Amino acid sequence: MDHFLYIAASGARETMLAQAANTHNLANASTTGFRADIVTAQSAYLSGAGEGSRAYAGMKGRGVDFKEGVINATGRGLDIAINGPGWMAVEAPDGSEAFSRRGDLRISEYGQLLNGVGQSLLGNAGPIAIPPYTDVAIGADGTVSIVPLGEDPNTLVAVDRIKLINPDNSLLSKDNNGLVIMTEGEVALPDTSVKLVSGSLESSNVNSVQAMVQMIELARQFETHVKMMKTAEELDSSSAKLMSMN
Amino acid sequence: MNQALWIAKTGLDAQQTKMANIANNLANSSTTGFKRSRAIFEDLLYQNVRQVGAKSSQDTQLPSGLQLGTGVRTVATEKLFTQGNLTQTENLLDMAIEGRGFFQILMPDGGQAYTRDGSFQVDDQGQMVTSGGYVLQPSITLPENALSVNIGRDGTVSVSLPGTTAVSQVGTVQLADFVNPAGLQAVGENLFLESNASGSPQTGNPGLNGLGSLVQGYVESSNVNVVEELVNMIETQRAYEMNSKAISTTDQMLQYVAQNL
Repeated sequence: MDHFLYIAASGARETMLAQAANTHNLANASTTGFRADIVTAQSAYLSGAGEGSRAYAGMKGRGVDFKEGVINATGRGLDIAINGPGWMAVEAPDGSEAFSRRGDLRISEYGQLLNGVGQSLLGNAGPIAIPPYTDVAIGADGTVSIVPLGEDPNTLVAVDRIKLINPDNSLLSKDNNGLVIMTEGEVALPDTSVKLVSGSLESSNVNSVQAMVQMIELARQFETHVKMMKTAEELDSSSAKLMSMN
Repeated sequence: MNQALWIAKTGLDAQQTKMANIANNLANSSTTGFKRSRAIFEDLLYQNVRQVGAKSSQDTQLPSGLQLGTGVRTVATEKLFTQGNLTQTENLLDMAIEGRGFFQILMPDGGQAYTRDGSFQVDDQGQMVTSGGYVLQPSITLPENALSVNIGRDGTVSVSLPGTTAVSQVGTVQLADFVNPAGLQAVGENLFLESNASGSPQTGNPGLNGLGSLVQGYVESSNVNVVEELVNMIETQRAYEMNSKAISTTDQMLQYVAQNL
């Protein structure tokens, strides 16, 4: 059988994978601070004499879309959003450092500063711990200050500072938990130029209109590949007819 | 079958949970002492379809892999304890907490519950009870012949009795506070229970140690912002539609294969 069919099938299979990635983006269109994934196709040429005309399709992740999401005001003091580029350092499940832009913070019963999915925010030296307080505020540079329990409202004490970093986007990638990390595992240095706005949350950066258009395009592309497979079948059956003895 | 179908299904699930949450907030937009909640989403784990850095030949490696996400899930619905508006009722037994803290309520089973709903009444014993009939703790009994009741900002409850110009103090309302109020378990009837996540209650007199002070003749209305909920509802509906569109598109792709091959 001709390789035509297999090449068309590889195109259809990979388009299906791209559709899965696109649907994942769409499913996370309202996940706070989510960054969209980008996948692209690349061609894999066969090597060998006379085989150069054949290229199979293969999908690869081109990485993460680092465009900023929309900042929505919520009015809650512990909701923070990064205005402009930058990341907040959080603790990954294995204790290493990962980066996130979700700022729906809360304080656990042990006084840890956590984000909405329960990751600890990192400060100057490890996870941020907040002593008993009556009021807590987060400044534009990430400084966490509190009014300690039993003190006057004018005794504001700075507890720690959220580690804000701004490495080059080319150094970042997503791990299997969906957390953004430094690809090579190096440590990111704090950057004072990253600014926070409190009382706001950053939405997902998925452009749902674009994702819908992409979805239609991928569906049509898939149909084209299937059509090619159908054509391969027709070519095969007509050549079989040609060869037939009666 | 195809991943895209299942991924879109997780999106539908999440948006549906969000919609239920919005509906609950809207339904309670005039419930005294109600605190609105919001759904928190997280992306599900990623599958490694092609490992990044895998060898493409003996000396070369793939510069980027292919990771496919598997959708979204609702991690939690978080209660937002922002202050609701204080509404004047002129009812002498109504109290609103201005600031942090909860009224302590004794449940019929002997357990403790906490509420921000300060619309109290008296039962046949003269005890201050919630509108559900549960006794306020520490219990305060008003004398049968009391002419008027006065509740101070610090929680002092005093009554004036017939035949005397002096007021007599009958008790003090105490409040409880938690390190993480969002960790309290909501059980309905405007009540919350202590949980592992909330930390243990710290009780004290209103106005001291960061606790809010009491305002007599007012109740705290629900902190639901109706406009915000409606905007959320529109957004949720559209996101739901887009995910269901993703299901039908994937379905059509599979149908095309089934019919043409």
